Amino acid sequence: MARTRVAPDFAVRRDTARCINCKACVRLCANGVHVWDEVAGAPVADESKCVGCHFCEEHCPTRALSIERAPAETTSGGHWTRSAIRGIGRQAETGGILLGAMGNDRPQMAYFDRLVLNAAQVTNPSIDPLREPMELKTFIGSRPDRIEIARGAGGRPRLGAPLPPLLEIETPIMFSAMSYGSISLNACRSLAGAAGEIGTCWNTGEGGLHPDLESCADRAIVQVASGRFGVTPEYLARAAAIEIKVGQGAKPGIGGHLPGGKVTEDVSRTRRIPVGSDAISPAPHHDIYSIEDLKQLIFALKEATRYSKPVGVKIAAVHNVASIAIGIVHAGADFIAIDGIRGGTGAAPSVIRDHVGIPIELALASVDQRLREEGLRHRVSIIAAGGIRSSADVLKAIALGADAVYIATAALVALGCHVCRTCYLGKCNWGIATQDPALTRRLNPEVGQTRAANLLRAWSHEIKEMLGGMGVNAIESVRGNRDHLRGVGLSQVELDLLGIKHAGSPW
Amino acid sequence: MVTAKAARRRRRVAVREEYCIGCRLCEVACVTRHSRSRDVVAAHKTESPRPGGGVRFEAAGPVSLAVSCRHCADPLCVEACLTGAMARDPGTGRVVHDPARCVGCWMCVMTCPTGVPRPDPAAHRLAFKCDLCGGDDLPACVAACPNAAAVLVEEDEP
Amino acid sequence: MTADLLVIGHSVAACHAAEAARGAGLAGSLVVVGDEPAGNYSRPLISYYLGGRLGRDELSFRSQAFYDRNRIQVLAGRRAVALDPAARTVTLADGERLGYRSLLLATGGEPIVPPIKGWREGLGGVFTFTKLADADALAAWLDARGSDDCVVLGGGLIGLKATEGLLARGVRPRIVELADRVLANTLDREASAILERRLAVAGCEVRKGRTVAEIRAGGDRVSSVVLDNGEVLPARTLIVAIGVKPDLRLVRETPMAVERGILVDSRQRTNLAGVYAAGDCAQGPDFLGLKPAVIAIWPVAARQGRIAGLNAAGASGETAGAIPMNAVQILDVPAVSFGVTNPAPGGGHEILKRDDQAGGKYRKIVLLDGRVVGVVLVGEIDRAGLLGTLIRERADVSDRRDALLRADLGLLDLPADLRRRLVDAPPPAPLKNSSGPARSRSVR
Repeated sequence: MARTRVAPDFAVRRDTARCINCKACVRLCANGVHVWDEVAGAPVADESKCVGCHFCEEHCPTRALSIERAPAETTSGGHWTRSAIRGIGRQAETGGILLGAMGNDRPQMAYFDRLVLNAAQVTNPSIDPLREPMELKTFIGSRPDRIEIARGAGGRPRLGAPLPPLLEIETPIMFSAMSYGSISLNACRSLAGAAGEIGTCWNTGEGGLHPDLESCADRAIVQVASGRFGVTPEYLARAAAIEIKVGQGAKPGIGGHLPGGKVTEDVSRTRRIPVGSDAISPAPHHDIYSIEDLKQLIFALKEATRYSKPVGVKIAAVHNVASIAIGIVHAGADFIAIDGIRGGTGAAPSVIRDHVGIPIELALASVDQRLREEGLRHRVSIIAAGGIRSSADVLKAIALGADAVYIATAALVALGCHVCRTCYLGKCNWGIATQDPALTRRLNPEVGQTRAANLLRAWSHEIKEMLGGMGVNAIESVRGNRDHLRGVGLSQVELDLLGIKHAGSPW
Repeated sequence: MVTAKAARRRRRVAVREEYCIGCRLCEVACVTRHSRSRDVVAAHKTESPRPGGGVRFEAAGPVSLAVSCRHCADPLCVEACLTGAMARDPGTGRVVHDPARCVGCWMCVMTCPTGVPRPDPAAHRLAFKCDLCGGDDLPACVAACPNAAAVLVEEDEP
Repeated sequence: MTADLLVIGHSVAACHAAEAARGAGLAGSLVVVGDEPAGNYSRPLISYYLGGRLGRDELSFRSQAFYDRNRIQVLAGRRAVALDPAARTVTLADGERLGYRSLLLATGGEPIVPPIKGWREGLGGVFTFTKLADADALAAWLDARGSDDCVVLGGGLIGLKATEGLLARGVRPRIVELADRVLANTLDREASAILERRLAVAGCEVRKGRTVAEIRAGGDRVSSVVLDNGEVLPARTLIVAIGVKPDLRLVRETPMAVERGILVDSRQRTNLAGVYAAGDCAQGPDFLGLKPAVIAIWPVAARQGRIAGLNAAGASGETAGAIPMNAVQILDVPAVSFGVTNPAPGGGHEILKRDDQAGGKYRKIVLLDGRVVGVVLVGEIDRAGLLGTLIRERADVSDRRDALLRADLGLLDLPADLRRRLVDAPPPAPLKNSSGPARSRSVR
């Protein structure tokens, strides 16, 4: 069949006055964009292969290269976008589903951008976090209905009943689930090491626990997903907490698929599946069709780990997320992770990623609200995920009701990712979303750990500054405290759903 | 094999092959650092002969490795040099080469365990070798390595 | 005078011995006796001096600062003539007697001059070529008598280096070599052929399989030589460069154990208490397990001197044995060789070769039991040291024969553990959880 002619998405600009023919670009581009032309004695570019990852640009020693957006060729007023036209062209050629990676990037509203935070002035003085202690420590897990105090020998007070197990993290930011397989072992090492350095948690995803990561296992939240990959008694025993993965913001209602090509020997050992076999996570857990089924799994995992660690459930933010959350609490979960429509992925059908689910801000507010109304909020911690880009997003999510947030795309960006959104090609030039040994070495995990840890440090500093500005000295004071938020340019329906006032409204 | 007392701090550049990405930016940095202009474009486009060249690059499949002088504590090249052109600086421990005294006897080429010295038979002398960028805090190749594969190793000598 | 360390001979072994001894903490007196009036100079450089590339003041390989730093007392132009090991003394030609606590004999070699019909002491125009004085005399002769009709007897290393110096002066000597090729000891037929071709292009004729049977004189100077086939070559200058032999004159009358050279062990000790020997006069252990041999090359002398110096100073130092090796450049053709270059047939050796006569490049690797024991490189000598490493490490290379023949053989072609040892980079930092477990605790 005739091939659809598609103009390249990117233009490779090479300043020949600056190019010194060092061939770094030729050697480095895994997509084969830059090629050495023997006749010309100079590099040339096949722009149709460029994914826009900017690896060459950032490694060009003379800054002779720049990767630019190719000019849009559409003349329409914006409805028939370039990507819509390209997508149709590709589907006309292949008859297949369009794949996408990373998070939803459609120009939908980011409610975070319409929320503003408060600060103290005159009557409630602000606090200088450089001079006074500022507490970000966070506990994840279920709290008892009441604290019982008993009297021990000599009348000394002590807890009358054991507290449920809690996860103690130094900052309310954790690394979200990314499996070894979807990302490289060096990327996993970077994140696990950073979590260990900062004192937070990382998440294995559904890829199992690689032996090289065991030293950081007691800061790992391990996933039990529908494929049950890598789930063993030791896997559960080593973990800090267990997360049953029901859904993911980037692909609510569908399963996962790690292509056999990425199931290398090492990945196969970690996942406990044969080399080269596709790792298919079914859309549903085939043993969960009700809250009661979920409860059975939760308690099976609690039994298996002797009630020593929190067991939670991760769901995608969908229309009736609040009711689902109530059911999950009744099923005995210690935390709920909610992943919004901007949640990322290594690969998902673009149409689902972009159109299924609801924004995390709205989901979070409604879940928090419903749990309060039902008197269940203390029974569970809420972890918000999906599109957190900055410390401000973190603090706004906490003010909307989250106990902590998960970050994934931001963490990968800290490792070098330039969000080119072609993770599913397995040719990540930055050594993150690939298992190619020539590429994975490009991410030195010592460097990666430092960068990921620095990101957490920086955001934590910023959160402390914002808290101090609000006149509070602990993140607890802001948690679910929507009085610290105001909306800008939001409708009354939206304000009501978010449980906040419009900017300009007094207390 | 031989032990000798000499207390000084040995500095050298070592490249960790697990993290070398094969970009060869270390070579570019070496040329630039040893150029007259210290400008990357001018060093490569206008200066002739091209300066620097203290880094040798190897690649085999996914593995690559940049190799430069190890500035051995017990350098065989210095021991074997017929002219004294190759010498270990008694103060800094750097193994330095004086091209003006080199006659191209190739003793260093023959004895260097890592095959670092680069002969220039036409000039009848050794080509440039790593000088650890003089007294710079960080050699240019280490500073330029985008993946911290090249590291400056400093160790006290026994 | 009694020296704590007395060194007889003032070349590379002496300097390295002194440096090593001082480095190992030798505090007392250190005396070096050299029979040449010149101070520190590098004998192998005399060909460059002859050819004009180096001036007289550019021949030293160690500066005065080196002597000052290591507190070395040099007695230059003084010949040692007698050794009394019982009394631990050495007597100099002028009668002075020096005592020693440790003695290093580094007397080097002396040129071999075979008995040739017609040769007599003092015959004008006949030279050897191992010392600075030889080069000075030869240069003066050529300046005074002109450069026509020069014959070099011997196509070994000394003969070829002399030839190179001569060519640089515009002299085109004829080389007479008994073997069927030049550099017969270190190279093989193919390798030598490349050098011979290059010499021919430079206008230098090589008579192979021939030697000089008779020297004919006109008056008090040489006029021609007669080859063993009767051919007469006009010769106004004759350089005898057959080779060198250990200079054993000092130990002849002593109980010193001697074969071809002074026998030494792996610490350069002789059979006499407190007496060491190093360099071209010493016959020591061979790395490849062959019979102990005199390996008269600069790097071996340096290493042996160093080991002798360490042991003389009470430190430890031991050689695993010397490997014959050589590096040379004849005109613009570099060549390097190591170890067994021409193994005798039937020894189980395997030979890998890449021969590019037209391109002037040749590479030969000799393996025994999958390990490199010999190397010949001509034309391309880059990274030759890696092959030396393979010999020293006795690395099994049976699965990488192809790589050995590549001119760009690199560290990545070496066995991984050996490569890592050579590069000696810091290992990856271990992954650790420095903040402890995220306590999943049940508090009572």
